[in-house]
Amino acid sequence: MSTPTYKMEVKDLKLWYGDFQALHGLDLAIPEKKITAFIGPSGCGKSTFIKSLNRMNDLIETCRIEGTIELDGKNIYDPKTDVNQLRKKVGMVFQQPNPFPKSIYDNIAYGPRTHGIKNKKELDEIVERSLKQAAIWDEVKDYLDRNALSISGGQQQRICIARALAVGPEVLLMDEPTSALDPISTAKIEELVSDLKSEYTIVMVTHNMQQASRVSDETAFFLNGHIIEHGDTRKIFTNPDQEETENYISGRFG
Amino acid sequence: MRRAYDEELEQLHRKFYQMGCKVNEAIYKSIKAFVNHDKELAKGVIEEDKEINQFEHDLEQACIELIALQQPVTTDLRKIITVMKASADLERMGDHAVSISKSTIRVKGNKRNSMIEGMISDAGEKIKKMGEEVITAYIEYDTEKAVEIANYDYLVDSLTHDIKEACISEMKKDPELVLGATDYIMASTYIERIGDYITNISEWIVYFQTGEIQELNTHHSYDEL
Repeated sequence: MSTPTYKMEVKDLKLWYGDFQALHGLDLAIPEKKITAFIGPSGCGKSTFIKSLNRMNDLIETCRIEGTIELDGKNIYDPKTDVNQLRKKVGMVFQQPNPFPKSIYDNIAYGPRTHGIKNKKELDEIVERSLKQAAIWDEVKDYLDRNALSISGGQQQRICIARALAVGPEVLLMDEPTSALDPISTAKIEELVSDLKSEYTIVMVTHNMQQASRVSDETAFFLNGHIIEHGDTRKIFTNPDQEETENYISGRFG
Repeated sequence: MRRAYDEELEQLHRKFYQMGCKVNEAIYKSIKAFVNHDKELAKGVIEEDKEINQFEHDLEQACIELIALQQPVTTDLRKIITVMKASADLERMGDHAVSISKSTIRVKGNKRNSMIEGMISDAGEKIKKMGEEVITAYIEYDTEKAVEIANYDYLVDSLTHDIKEACISEMKKDPELVLGATDYIMASTYIERIGDYITNISEWIVYFQTGEIQELNTHHSYDEL
């Protein structure tokens, strides 16, 4: 095995919401073209952490951050960072499928249009490629003008993944992407995610421990705003170093 | 994820087959070396046992990871358990091939008996065939074949018995044969044990298909003593 290249490196990240400190000096390196899963009980900071990876927390007024997060060696919290460009590179998929109340086509074309692509042929290509990458092209290709809210939740989530892919990201953040979906749709998304890692660096928050074990290459266990343990998923799930990790994974927590 | 998981299960299967072929080869060579007094060949068997042990180690590791990461149920679970248990049996078969090889190397100009060596060679042929067939039955998940193979085991058992009888009667006639014949008895006992492990593998094939753990070909009758 060659030494991994890191796409993102988080160094001593501290985060407050007002007076409440949610993250306590976290360090984490996210390997390129791998799937890193974050697990941990509710309120442990994993969603807060994943949101700081593309500065979604900027939208929360009381939120204050210290430390650095580097994307390809550049601190994304540097005042000179263009946040729009950052979010183009680091895309996000949320827990609830949240397509725009527009046609499937317009959902996918939305991002590229905002980034200045007007040419119809070019947009058509992007839409087709993105939907194919999100493994939903065959299901919707004849209904691209249909409202994206009219299709099933599992399909909507794949539309959202396609929408995130359409702007050509390098990193894909997924915050519990399947917790609102049934097992079949979940299986499809998991399959899709494992296919996507050949081209993208993926970071995924999940409440479903089995999902982390099935899908991810590396797992980080969060607790009370700390990363208790991070490493190879096989190791975390067969013989973790920390007792807290063991207790959480085996359901003996609390 | 199902696709990647299936691929990993398929790999277990392939790796088990390769291990099985290696073990069968070791058994064949060890018996051939024993009856031909070929110490070089016997050394080779001992050397190659490391690879067999490595196979078992890798298979166990892969099974443990699959259990931890995929939480297998039903057929998948049985497949993994079968590989785990049957590979342990294969590994023990390899150890017996090593024991036969060690006695080949240990022999220093003992008096020989070609008639008994012929019988050992026969037992070796039988065990070789059983070993090959059990691996095929495993790969094809052929329960009927597995039961049939377990039933052949009595042939090996009776040959072992005959070898022991022949050794005793030859030793009585010629005390100079004692050293060599003791090795004959040991070698035939190893072969007989290999047959028992083959029966175990047959049992795991039956388990995989039926989900039932059953004993095939038990030797619990006093009449056979």
